[in-house]
Amino acid sequence: MNTIAETVRNLFVSNGLVTAFLLVGTITFFSYGISRRLTNGLLHGSAIAIITGLSLAYAGGILTSGSKGLADIPLFSGIGLLGGSMMRDFTIVSTAYGADFNELKKSGLAGAFSLLFGVPLSFIVGAAIAVYFGFTSAVDIATVGAGTVTFVVGPVTGAALGAGSDIIAISIAAGVVKSIAVMAITPFAAKFIRIDTPKTAMIYGGLMGTTSGTAAGMAATKPALVPYAAMVATFYTGLGCIVCPSILYYALEVIF
Amino acid sequence: MIYGVALVALCFFLGNFVGAFLGHMIGLNSNIGGVGFAMIFLLLATTYGMPFMERNPPVADGIRFWQEMFIPVVVAMSASQNVVRALSSGHVAIIAGLVATVASFFFIPLFARIGGKGILDEKFAEGGEGR
Repeated sequence: MNTIAETVRNLFVSNGLVTAFLLVGTITFFSYGISRRLTNGLLHGSAIAIITGLSLAYAGGILTSGSKGLADIPLFSGIGLLGGSMMRDFTIVSTAYGADFNELKKSGLAGAFSLLFGVPLSFIVGAAIAVYFGFTSAVDIATVGAGTVTFVVGPVTGAALGAGSDIIAISIAAGVVKSIAVMAITPFAAKFIRIDTPKTAMIYGGLMGTTSGTAAGMAATKPALVPYAAMVATFYTGLGCIVCPSILYYALEVIF
Repeated sequence: MIYGVALVALCFFLGNFVGAFLGHMIGLNSNIGGVGFAMIFLLLATTYGMPFMERNPPVADGIRFWQEMFIPVVVAMSASQNVVRALSSGHVAIIAGLVATVASFFFIPLFARIGGKGILDEKFAEGGEGR
């Protein structure tokens, strides 16, 4: 009896990616069922699936005290491959097929403006909160601010400015919180803020920036708008890596 | 069908190459918008290659399959986030992340006024899926 259970377990573990297909398919099936029956389609099925994913990630993190959520449980390690940056980026690229190139040219300017405004906005918010919580050195404040931009910009900036590893850890956490908040809040906020056109999707991508967050948030709101939001958002981290350790840091240094 | 998948892969690498090259030029060791450039390449390839794609539907199917797989990938991605760390990281990180998110949302309507209406605005506002 024990050996049968073990054989089944081994089968799942050694075919991780296939296990992930089955698991995600199951989550999606129940999420769409809940969306139809319990919320009458008001809350998108993918939004429920993403929130379920985040809850499972929490459970996985508590069980294993690892850093990759559910993927740290050996049985579900394939989730880490399916949801890793390689698959994320590949599928995001594929969403560009079917987008309207003229629309992109016409509304691209608003997207670019929101990008130039979005990075400093998140940086200033993060920096202001760091100051409020008693950080005094310009390096620390800039690192927390950069982390609030995205969890990639934080460590890049921290390393460039020579911040301590504890500060870098906070900056990464701030970016992760933002990314998860964008995933979870977008389906609700999109109704009030009206993110329902390619143009507003591009602005959303430029202001939020976090690729994972905007991709998931948009997927749970209006999948046809994913390419517009994602295309702008992918330039956000790059821009952040350029301006945070330089212009924005120097500006802080003048103040502190 | 594999042609469509390979085309996405080709654009993926071309875009990331441009992104890495840009990052190198500026002196950063990171990739600047590689995925964005890849999307622009795919968009150009499919816009100008539309007659070819219409004659060979499987090519488009190869792209569409991965397009459909995007949401499952996002679900898997959300299941592999470090949620515990985000929730236990102390007040600074949580408040900074949340306030930045909410503040950014509030600026969307403001930027929506730049440069007039988009071409597809009406189509999407009517509740169509646009695709």
